[in-house]
Amino acid sequence: MPNRTEAPKIFDAVELDLQLKPVEKFTLDNGVPVYAINAGAQEVVVVEFVFFSGNWYEEKNIVAATTNFMLKNGTKSKSAFAISEHFDFYGAYLNRNCYNETATLTLHTLSKHLPKLLPEVATLLTDSIFPEEELALYKQNQKQRLEVNLKKCDFVANRLIDEYLFGFDHPYGKYTSISDYDALQRDELVKYYQEFYTKGNCMLFVAGKLPTDIQQQLNNAFGALPLNQNAKLHIQHTQEPAAVKKQHIINDANGVQGAIRIARPFPNRHHPDFQKVSILNNIFGGFFGSRLMSNIREDKGYTYGIHSYIQNHIHDTCWMISTEAGKDVCQATIEETYKEMEILRNEIVDEEELDLVRNFMMGSLLGDLDGPFQIIGRWKNYILNNLDEQYFYNAINTIKTVTAEELQALAKKYLNPEAFYELVVV
Amino acid sequence: MIQFNRFVLDNGLRVLVHEDPSTPMAVVNVLYDVGSKDENPEQTGFAHLFEHLMFGGSINIEDYDEPLQRAGGENNAFTTNDLTNYYCSMPAENIETAFWLESDRMLSLAFSEKSLDVQRKVVCEEFKEHYINKPYGDIWHKMRELAYKKHPYRWMTIGKELSHVENAKIEDVKNFFFKHYRPVNAILVVAGKVSTDDVKKLAEKWFGDIPMGEKYNRNLPQEPEQEEARLLEVKADVPLDAFMKTWHMESRLSKGYYVADLITEILGGGGSSRLYQSLIKEKQLFSNLDCHHFGTTDNGLLAIEGRLVKGVKMEDVEKALQEEIEKIKTELVNEAELQKVKNKTESIIAFEDMSVMSRATSLAMYEMLGDANLMNSELEKYQAVTAEDIRNYSNKIFDEKNSNTIHYYSKN
Repeated sequence: MPNRTEAPKIFDAVELDLQLKPVEKFTLDNGVPVYAINAGAQEVVVVEFVFFSGNWYEEKNIVAATTNFMLKNGTKSKSAFAISEHFDFYGAYLNRNCYNETATLTLHTLSKHLPKLLPEVATLLTDSIFPEEELALYKQNQKQRLEVNLKKCDFVANRLIDEYLFGFDHPYGKYTSISDYDALQRDELVKYYQEFYTKGNCMLFVAGKLPTDIQQQLNNAFGALPLNQNAKLHIQHTQEPAAVKKQHIINDANGVQGAIRIARPFPNRHHPDFQKVSILNNIFGGFFGSRLMSNIREDKGYTYGIHSYIQNHIHDTCWMISTEAGKDVCQATIEETYKEMEILRNEIVDEEELDLVRNFMMGSLLGDLDGPFQIIGRWKNYILNNLDEQYFYNAINTIKTVTAEELQALAKKYLNPEAFYELVVV
Repeated sequence: MIQFNRFVLDNGLRVLVHEDPSTPMAVVNVLYDVGSKDENPEQTGFAHLFEHLMFGGSINIEDYDEPLQRAGGENNAFTTNDLTNYYCSMPAENIETAFWLESDRMLSLAFSEKSLDVQRKVVCEEFKEHYINKPYGDIWHKMRELAYKKHPYRWMTIGKELSHVENAKIEDVKNFFFKHYRPVNAILVVAGKVSTDDVKKLAEKWFGDIPMGEKYNRNLPQEPEQEEARLLEVKADVPLDAFMKTWHMESRLSKGYYVADLITEILGGGGSSRLYQSLIKEKQLFSNLDCHHFGTTDNGLLAIEGRLVKGVKMEDVEKALQEEIEKIKTELVNEAELQKVKNKTESIIAFEDMSVMSRATSLAMYEMLGDANLMNSELEKYQAVTAEDIRNYSNKIFDEKNSNTIHYYSKN
């Protein structure tokens, strides 16, 4: 009979010697940098273009996102259908996403099909034509999608909290209205495309079980494109945070839950407090065993889930608490959230809890480094944020050595209710 | 080819080991062969509520999550109509922690009133978040009730109504546990940087002394063949009209399942699929559209659902969809189109198998279906499907008498 009342001995995950697999770097003939991770057992690869063409660079709302979305909706030689059919035939996935600073074009495929697919990706960067009828259809369907989303309290809350924090004229704070779709013109997309894709600035990230001739394949497909010929634009945007800090909005009079967002401005990854605050955030609301989850879900049952996190922005960012709670317990949820801030400010985190969080974060990092797609994802994040592998090793060192006193000092510095915006959308 | 070793403990617990020395992690997956289809119709949502209670402390261990997190581990679980699955991963050095935790909660829960009280509320909030406080959130509740008259797939895993969850009693929890959560009804899969010998020792040590329990013999009412088309009209406070139609399809291991899976790909898989091209792009009847199925163990449903472009009439949607259905029922798909959906399936399988966690869960599911080795013959079964199969099964599935339709109208 095993002794069930005593936990088996554990190896402290803080003792793990975590290594970040180095990324290989090479450059295409036109100067496009390529970052590569060759690992994994399955014959699959990801090839991702990251363009500096997010909404940071647009002059009119949703031009960047629409240009990105319509990259594969028609070229000089192929219809939208023919393009989809080509990628679908090889069982590949071609996705595109537009973010604040960057926008991506991502290919997932079995390695063996790369030669058939890379040249097609290249034509999307030179020959896309943005057909009027495709744009009209896109507008119609996006407007309908928006109408449905505007019925959801979480969707509305996510838009508004960003606006309060950064101001509507800042790329992090703006959002889309029906009238923005109506105002979109095809020639604006074509112009944006030429400047930010065809002649744009970009990087390539590739990972998976890479074929031995991957450099040559990438260079043949993309090395002669007119990319990265001009210096990257440096554009500044001014933040205009809202004057009123507390908002309560009724979006749906019959709603049974409220979406709660509580957030404050926070500096980016280069700030000396950032890594230590990441650990404080874990204790506060960053994982299942966090204070917010233990109290508000596991003790009170007010919500299915409550989380805190630092938004993934390259420039200034924010520290956010997010949950959907029963309509009649929204106020209690907010009060408990502030109470947890107060405890972190007034009481030192005991060693047992801190050890648990250290081990949890190390174990979780180990899992996050498992597989080529995960490793390249981490590298991509570092490179886009102008960081290097030293950042990874510093993060580990911080997890191992941060003290409870330092965490309390950070709680006093940042977890002050008066610094937070508070929003409830029912 | 996914390699594994298999053995059975004296108490009937089936154990599978998948060694993968390339990862520093270990994964422990425990599948219980019980899902929402095994619930009493007056107490629906119970299997899923129970999944929450499995984290509320076991007989010798007050809290499940904390020791696992301390060992650098993470975990989660999910419940479907067919099964309940628990999985965790941690640095391989600490695998014994998972054996300790999983075996203790298989031995017995603590049956805490407090945990039941809190998790009833948490699940009610989950219910509200996903099915009440969302436009169209109730459409699948309605469709299941329309399509199934006898089989317990007629309710959702979350439960038929909030009151069923709210009324759950501790006695029900105990009965459910000792009926379903016994070694003889469970499958343990251990994967990652582990050796079969070590797993054998650990399994004997931690799970070996748990009483076997009684094998649960499922005796579910089968759904009789549907004899006439059913239609339900709904009016709700949503911005756009929506359309949904389902047809009964074959069970998970029958040939018809693989054919139906490829049919959903041909009709609705990606930007070059038939329905996307014809109904969204050319005729502009739908603003979005999905064609899918649930992959259920027993006979399932193949569904087509979408929201109508404003101003489009329901009967025009019906008519255009019917034309596409007629086409797949009468004309053979050409070689290239068939090859396309098979290539896609090959690719989906390769991407799924990248993660050791996903491999472990798949092994457990196939073992539940009868044999973990089935996992390695999936691709062959798809490859064997012919253009004639697609046409023949389309005729069988897309029989109007076999269909259930919801017209979901906007009140506004």
